[in-house]
Amino acid sequence: MSVVIEARDVEFSFGQTPALRGASVSVDAGEILAIMGPSGSGKSTLLHCLAGILVPDSGEIIFDGARVHAMTETQRSSLRRDRFGFVFQFGQLVPELTAVENVALPLLLSGVHRKQALPKASAWFARLGLDGLEQRRSGELSGGQAQRVALARGLVAEPQVLFADEPTGALDSLTGEEVMDLLVGAAREQGTTVILVTHEARIAAYADREVMVRDGRVNAPDRIAS
Amino acid sequence: MSVPLTLLGLLEREPSHGYDLKRDYDAFFGRGKPLPFGQVYSTLSRLGRDGKVVISDVAPGSGPDRKRYIITDLGATEVEQWLTQPVDPEPHLQTVLFAKVVLALMLDRPADEYLDTQRSAHLHRMRELTEIKRDGSLVDALLADHGLYHLEADLRWIEMTGARLDALRKAVRP
Repeated sequence: MSVVIEARDVEFSFGQTPALRGASVSVDAGEILAIMGPSGSGKSTLLHCLAGILVPDSGEIIFDGARVHAMTETQRSSLRRDRFGFVFQFGQLVPELTAVENVALPLLLSGVHRKQALPKASAWFARLGLDGLEQRRSGELSGGQAQRVALARGLVAEPQVLFADEPTGALDSLTGEEVMDLLVGAAREQGTTVILVTHEARIAAYADREVMVRDGRVNAPDRIAS
Repeated sequence: MSVPLTLLGLLEREPSHGYDLKRDYDAFFGRGKPLPFGQVYSTLSRLGRDGKVVISDVAPGSGPDRKRYIITDLGATEVEQWLTQPVDPEPHLQTVLFAKVVLALMLDRPADEYLDTQRSAHLHRMRELTEIKRDGSLVDALLADHGLYHLEADLRWIEMTGARLDALRKAVRP
């Protein structure tokens, strides 16, 4: 397996408060990695640095050979739109749009014509057990349905890397596991690399590997032999 | 709970008489189930036979409590291996994990690293059970869930203990 994305000795502070203190991690293409750690450990900050949402104070982010930390905001914005997908815990769907329009959004923003984007988005509804919900708005969806729509939106443009920050944090156990099952199944089918932030061991167990973030550093335990 | 390994761990801290070992075992690990004197001395006798402890000196008088035991290199190696190897991730491990953490702190060993190793072993087992759940029947899934919930409880204990290591170190090394 080749490394698709990595953080090298990344430091990041929010004002005077350090969040990352030399964090390093690398992720192979097609791998599903869980980033775990207690609240305030820096795990979400690490994900945001990897995804080009935050720019490290020092250190490097390398994606597919490109130096993300040295890119302009415009370049990082293009990278996030064209190569990455995102699923977050809360408030991801645009309430004014229908479910299918929400899923199609990354395609539309990339310049794909509506006539091509909407059918491609619709195909995800059957795949994720959302048949018949295409025209609903976010207020008319349950938490689990809304999160599956968000997952479809994260994957519709076939990103190389899907970033998922506590994607099941607002769901009950059973619904959360259904979402993870779909996420892992779809990512494996597409060969998408997944970087998953979670504090829940049961959710991390869907990943191929886990790393722990503590006090802004990554502790990657030796891989246990299968 | 492994009585021989726990006694060996206590002996690595300092050479001790059987009475001292029983007192400390009961204080830290007995918890309502004190170790009988007979078991202390029979265990020490077996450890001596196997070359893991030796008698360092014998005080004048009679009785087994006159002997002071000291751990050998072989015994210390066994303690080291026991502490560094994760326990097989099965439910209800708390007592073994607890003994390891307390002894590691008593011996000034990296208890946090042992907890990390154990966490990794637990997550590895949880991944296996999650795969079974995803690929198997409903019955398989429910059985896997049973294991997953118990392992998750262990992991929560590992997290809480990890967050309290400094306080626990002060409690076991006054």
